Amino acid sequence: MSDLHTLGVAQLSALLQNKDISAVELATRMLARLGGNPHHAFLSVDSEVTLAQAKAADARLTAGDTSPLLGVPIAHKDIFVTTDFPTTAGSRMLEGYRSPFNATVVQRLGDAGMVSLGKLSCDEFAMGSANENVAVPSAHPQAVTNPWDVSRIPGGSSGGSAAAVAACLTPAATGTDTGGSIRQPAAFCGITGIKPTYGRASRYGMVAFASSLDQAGPMARSAEDCALLLSAMCGPDLDRDSTSLDVKAEDFSRDLNQPLKGLRVGVPNEFFADGLAADVRGAVDAALESLRSQGATLVPIALPRTSLSIPVYYIIAPAEASSNLSRFDGVKFGHRAKDFTDLADMYEKTRSEGFGEEVKRRIMIGSYVLSHGYYDAYYLQAQKIRRMIADDFQRAFASCDVIAGPVAPTVAWKLGDKSNDPLANYLADIFTLPASLAGLPGMSIPVGFGEGGLPVGMQLMGNYLQEAKLLNVAHQFQLATDHHLKTPVGAA
Amino acid sequence: MSLTPADIQRLAQLSRLSFDPSSSQRMLAGLNDFFAIVEQMREVDTSGVVPMAHPIDAMPLEALAQHAPSAPEGMALRLRDDAVSEPNQRDANQRSAPAVERGLFLVPKVIE
Repeated sequence: MSDLHTLGVAQLSALLQNKDISAVELATRMLARLGGNPHHAFLSVDSEVTLAQAKAADARLTAGDTSPLLGVPIAHKDIFVTTDFPTTAGSRMLEGYRSPFNATVVQRLGDAGMVSLGKLSCDEFAMGSANENVAVPSAHPQAVTNPWDVSRIPGGSSGGSAAAVAACLTPAATGTDTGGSIRQPAAFCGITGIKPTYGRASRYGMVAFASSLDQAGPMARSAEDCALLLSAMCGPDLDRDSTSLDVKAEDFSRDLNQPLKGLRVGVPNEFFADGLAADVRGAVDAALESLRSQGATLVPIALPRTSLSIPVYYIIAPAEASSNLSRFDGVKFGHRAKDFTDLADMYEKTRSEGFGEEVKRRIMIGSYVLSHGYYDAYYLQAQKIRRMIADDFQRAFASCDVIAGPVAPTVAWKLGDKSNDPLANYLADIFTLPASLAGLPGMSIPVGFGEGGLPVGMQLMGNYLQEAKLLNVAHQFQLATDHHLKTPVGAA
Repeated sequence: MSLTPADIQRLAQLSRLSFDPSSSQRMLAGLNDFFAIVEQMREVDTSGVVPMAHPIDAMPLEALAQHAPSAPEGMALRLRDDAVSEPNQRDANQRSAPAVERGLFLVPKVIE
């Protein structure tokens, strides 16, 4: 089989279970494709570790273990701490850091028998929309490229994950989504990704950015594969994460084959306003029409505070980040400055050297909106509008089962185009931020191609805990279309 | 309302960061650009709205009921029992520390 790397999770699982291939054979084939670090997607690879995991998977397969993910390769966003690989969070601050424990999500996928190919690049501390904010000195070049056009960004912050899956370097990857960091890169790279309901996947061992928003999820090349992965990732982690929902693990594949007849798809006006590029609009409109022809009804809905989600998010997330990142002080782990006069000077120099510019900007915004005299006007006001945004969704879900719209206003832009303009990056997050603020599940599925032959993603959002419904809609769409089967030149 | 260079200095101090003059100026410009888009937020009438610190307190009970019958009062952030649950992993935890001696984290002299 020469095209093993193009196969998805479910297909590889079948081959492994049939003993058509071994996990070691598969891992060896996948590792061989990582030479030269295509698209600069990986931050660390260690074939010895990977092959040892594959060997262990083969032993379980030989013993008759039928776990569906057993022996299937995956790679993890470098925001999840791992014992087997270094963890940098894309930052100079953590270069060389080795965690003494595994993130719960990594542990769960490892227990399910998945074989880790390594750690994937991301924006520093997951802060970015283009994967241009990578700041690990040993990573050269820093920015990840889009497999569909290497002059373009892959999206962020899970840009390494999206690029690796799109380029068939791995059939699956983990990502994290704080304000769109799974959905937007999935859209820009033409793959499928889902951010579950806040609290579904444990945050234990995810390097914290904004604790009330961060959520892990899978990225793969089909909704069917994402359902398998998500089922293994989620579940209560009550002693380790106080925000973990006390909701039993679910089989998210259970409703994949439900027909779409009678499904009410809410279409928010605000997602189709002036700022939406015509090519994105065309592809999303065609996808909505496809859902309609499969029996769904399109229902106009309103999410009137969509544009307010930008300032609200960019106040709340930096406020939480400024607090979370105070742990990087050069004492317990990570970078420490060489020369300093006293403790305060050590903190200041360590942090100034260790953090990149975007991270510093967000820490500064956070310090400002939390400071005396500004807290009520900014932070508290943002939290109040956050509730209004969450309430808007509940009103919308009274008349629809899922909500659909674009993931981003444009296709992936050129590397460097917005790298000196943080505000332009923030504004491009407009369609992913509302569901993040509300804590709702959201996903991105490929729905065609726009300007420059670049992929367009459609976003599906569901009510709390309705991941199985989203995956059902996505899978039915993928049964009727072939956008998700397209791969960039050179990947297949 | 615009921030001033003095604000940047104060925020840098609160954030335990330092900036040379040119990056300080860049930071000032960046923050002022950002707070220009925040203005639209300040005009929203939020009287009577309860701040939402966390998505879990916005999840409607009916959405949760079928999934979590064990939580009839809805979801709340919980605290675990105040009991020792982790084994001693001092060596593992200090492996990535910048300066350690005899199991202690070293910092510059704080008390004369």
